[in-house]
Amino acid sequence: MGVGEPPSVARGGRAGVPIIWRTVTVRELIRETAHACTIVFDAPGWPGHRAGQHVDVRLTAEDGYQAERSYSIASAPEDEHLALTIERIDDGEVSPYLADELRPGDELELRGPIGGPFTWRTEDGGPLLLLAGGSGLVPLMAMLRHHEAAGSAADARLLVSARTRDDLLYREELARHAARAGVSVQVTLTREQPDGWDGHVGRVDAPMLTALGPPPDAAPHAYVCGPTPFVEHAADLLVALGHVPAAIRTERFGPTGR
Amino acid sequence: MPPISRGFHGRRPAVDPARVPPGQYVVEDFPVLSAGPTPRTPLDEWSLALRGEVDATPTWSWRDFMELPQETFTVDIHCVTKWSKLATTWTGVSIDTLLRGISTEAEYVTAFSDGGYTTNLPLGELTDGRAWVVHTFEGEPLHPEHGGPARLLVPHLYFWKSAKWVRGLKLTLQDEPGFWEAAGYHNFGDPWREQRYWSD
Repeated sequence: MGVGEPPSVARGGRAGVPIIWRTVTVRELIRETAHACTIVFDAPGWPGHRAGQHVDVRLTAEDGYQAERSYSIASAPEDEHLALTIERIDDGEVSPYLADELRPGDELELRGPIGGPFTWRTEDGGPLLLLAGGSGLVPLMAMLRHHEAAGSAADARLLVSARTRDDLLYREELARHAARAGVSVQVTLTREQPDGWDGHVGRVDAPMLTALGPPPDAAPHAYVCGPTPFVEHAADLLVALGHVPAAIRTERFGPTGR
Repeated sequence: MPPISRGFHGRRPAVDPARVPPGQYVVEDFPVLSAGPTPRTPLDEWSLALRGEVDATPTWSWRDFMELPQETFTVDIHCVTKWSKLATTWTGVSIDTLLRGISTEAEYVTAFSDGGYTTNLPLGELTDGRAWVVHTFEGEPLHPEHGGPARLLVPHLYFWKSAKWVRGLKLTLQDEPGFWEAAGYHNFGDPWREQRYWSD
């Protein structure tokens, strides 16, 4: 993978590579946090993807019972290997197995890439305004990795909301991106802050988004991903600040609490 | 043969498996999926319209709409992102009621919504008591996150066909792929045939 153009499935409709189940092999497991793990795959024949897309994963039990779930792709299109970052949902059916039981060399089935509107390519231009709640960071990280790998000059701003610093995915890599020209990374911790914390504190609010920028008149491409209450709140804030709703792309996951 | 995940047991649903389409799992909550911010149209600015290849183009205000014959019914719903929710109860107006007295050559419908969302369906999938425009979920006004004030409800197809924030139906002679259909999802979307993506 990483060679040539990603497929046009998503934006172009039917012109792309068929979305079929493929057997992939776990190459490497990277513990990201106490609750999250990155799975790097050997995926022969993988047609490539665009940053922001996801895959379906299917597990088969010994008696033939199957379960399917969708997970965002964490790797950039340019990366050599396909990678997913899975956050374990304690009472989940599939994520505890993926995050805790999987071992290098294990095989499972996967198909994709899936998803059209929630994607970004360097040729789409900037500025980029990325708002992540918890593991909603995963597809946005693929965009930031793509931004770096493709040498994009687009102004990119990322705000990540995490419960605690230990819950923050890709902490060291985020610090590296923050030091790149044209990239700004800000973090808000909602539940607990370490001593000497100099980032934001609490739920995302309008002053945080104003400090993050870019302002609405810069017409950023906004991508908001996270649990439903986070996305509803953050997208509403962007609209209230004057961002055009059509320029705000969202991806929600998890229960609503309603 | 798919690879077996040793030690994976899964959680078999405690419901009649015949009610759960392939690849789906049953949820108790009500997940939200939409591609942009939630639109919030005040009821006094809301209307529902029939457009396109029809001999009359009625528009109902909220008040007109609520005065149409209402139906309350219980159905299972199936989202392409794999969750199914069983025995959901809705109140709304049957599409048959909206089309009463309308004459058309159209074979397709594009539902259109606040926020610019569209989805396409064969007209025949919306008639004979199989589709509604609903405004009430489990006895409460439909929450904006779930498509309120009113959404299309076509429970026998994947739930993206049940357009949230629906504002009208455009009847067409040709099939015109909607938002997700143009983005690689299946044109028809039958959960029992697992028609998730265009190549399924």
